[in-house]
Amino acid sequence: MGPRASRSAVSAVLDVKALAKRYGDLEALRDVSFQVQAGELVAVVGPNGAGKTTLLSIVAGTQPPSGGSVNRPPREVGWAPQQPALYSKLSVVENLELFARLEKVKDPRAAVERMLEHTGLRARSHEPVGRLSGGNRQRVNVAVGLIADPPVLALDEPTASLDPAQRERMWEFVTRLAERGTAVVFSTHNVSEAQRHATRVLVLAEGRLLFDGAPRELLAAQGEAGSGDLERALVTFLEQHGERAESS
Amino acid sequence: MRWLLRKDLLILGRSRLLLALLIVYPVAIALLIGFAISRSPARPRVAIFDQTPPGETVKVGSERVEVSRYAQQLFSQVQSVPVFSRAQAIARVRSGDVLAAVVIPPNVAARLNSVISQGTLEVLYNGDALEQSLVRSTLDSALAHANLGFSEQIQKAAAKAIGTLLRGGDVGALGAPQNLIGLEEIPARLNEIIGRQPRGHDRTELERIEAFAGFAAQNLSLSKDVFSTVGQPIRVTTVLLHGRRTPLNAFAVVVAVAVSLMFVCVLLAAGGMALEREEHALGRLIRGSPALVSRELLLVEKTLLAAGCSFVVAFAMLAGVGAFVTLDWSRVGLWLLALALGAVAFGALGVAIGALAREVRASSLLAFLLSLPLAFLALVPSGSVSGGFYDAIAAVSFAFPFKASLQALDAAVNGASPALGGSLAHLAALTIVFGALARVGLRRVE
Repeated sequence: MGPRASRSAVSAVLDVKALAKRYGDLEALRDVSFQVQAGELVAVVGPNGAGKTTLLSIVAGTQPPSGGSVNRPPREVGWAPQQPALYSKLSVVENLELFARLEKVKDPRAAVERMLEHTGLRARSHEPVGRLSGGNRQRVNVAVGLIADPPVLALDEPTASLDPAQRERMWEFVTRLAERGTAVVFSTHNVSEAQRHATRVLVLAEGRLLFDGAPRELLAAQGEAGSGDLERALVTFLEQHGERAESS
Repeated sequence: MRWLLRKDLLILGRSRLLLALLIVYPVAIALLIGFAISRSPARPRVAIFDQTPPGETVKVGSERVEVSRYAQQLFSQVQSVPVFSRAQAIARVRSGDVLAAVVIPPNVAARLNSVISQGTLEVLYNGDALEQSLVRSTLDSALAHANLGFSEQIQKAAAKAIGTLLRGGDVGALGAPQNLIGLEEIPARLNEIIGRQPRGHDRTELERIEAFAGFAAQNLSLSKDVFSTVGQPIRVTTVLLHGRRTPLNAFAVVVAVAVSLMFVCVLLAAGGMALEREEHALGRLIRGSPALVSRELLLVEKTLLAAGCSFVVAFAMLAGVGAFVTLDWSRVGLWLLALALGAVAFGALGVAIGALAREVRASSLLAFLLSLPLAFLALVPSGSVSGGFYDAIAAVSFAFPFKASLQALDAAVNGASPALGGSLAHLAALTIVFGALARVGLRRVE
């Protein structure tokens, strides 16, 4: 386990304690605990079936845990699932306004304007979401998650279906959010993205949290500080823990 | 709820094909049913080629019955189209202008008068198996009615002739003897004559004749009853034990409206519910506690939206068909009640399908595959299949809202039994059951 114990729970905007999830005999998550501070960008990495999506969906409240706790109610966690959760026949504005109304945001129109500004989609605000590119759709998906201005944002593989240019724009958007103080927890298969954008990395395998620390700490722990190859460091780390590194 | 409804109405409004279908469907079906019912051949069009010479008669004793009476009987059963040759009759049948043609041969009177042979008619028709069956049954019925009517004419003539034999008087036929003695009078007259005769052989012979005359008079008066019994051996009286006499046209309207209500509502509710999953929005809507939108509220919203749309469609259809068929508009409050409860029950069934099927295409297919046999099974009449099979059909029909909706609508529109209250209670119970099933289907988000 990395140096997570050194982080204080006092200033954490997200405090996950001993989270567990079972599907019958399958243990998808086992005793997962971590904290996230405001403005942090935390990447959750690990092989397929490690429990990344399960972890984020529990934090976001789309499924209940079998054990453990999350300090924030789901309504205070913005949620952007891997597949854009939007109505394709509605325009960008209509999607944003609908969720602003459902979230009971005080000034829905102002919130929509703010999100159009953040996503840079004002020019296409009246286009049906179904006609947008995958990248723009994902930006609207994230914007909907942010419409109520939550302190924490959970993103499940936000760039999985995007081309490099779209990925770059998406990370600019997410990084700006973190700079404004939103704590962002995202899952990814792309370790280089985690290395470039995350301030911390959580390594999950078979439902267990194996590492919690900065990318450079994982590099250093695996003797890859010189090469700076986080992907190789992760593969070596997982092999040491008896895991196949399917993510890389 | 308001924003969810607004969202779904926006989506519905932008599904142009679906919207067009919702508008065109009731109008088209109402017009089709209306025209079909208003122009249905209650009396089939039949070409009749009557070759019998005018004034041709069948002789019954001293009475005569005009053969044209038979044609008149037939005309009263069908919408007759007179033709003047067999070729014309064939042409009319081939062109589809008439359902069939009946050719009455010129010798029909002679054959009837011969006593030893029946009159024979020729019936011409064409068409596929269904049409042939329809034509045969329709014509058989019309010919049976005409035969019965004609035989009544002959019975009357025979009864009149027997009456003259019994009571005497003038036969009425030209050249026949006047003021004949009736058979009934003979025993009394003979008795007087016998009283004046001395005992002996002649008196004994006269007494034998008197006995025969009495016997003959008694039995001849019975023969009139025998004639009517032979002419129509079994008279049918009908007693309605259950339900009311709903005209077939009015029942057909109710069936069409119930089927449309079911299809529109179930498909819309199932599709709307499944769309939430397909767009991956369900997780976003119902995550956490309290959720943005509770599962129950989501189910109610989808049910009400589908029920509302199908209610409008079905009522428009009913009103449209009302232009062709006489409906009792004073019962409109009951129609609305039956339509509303039926729509809500179908909506609950639809959301259950949508929640369980999870994909729009799968849910639409499932909704369609379920609705079609439900409508068919609900219309299977008792007695047309074996008892056990009918019980199974009745159980299936009971478990789904179609039959209950049909009965509620039939009671509301036509005043048929079972009573409206029972059907409405049944629909309410089914709404709760399918609502609960839908809630189970939403238990897991992904």
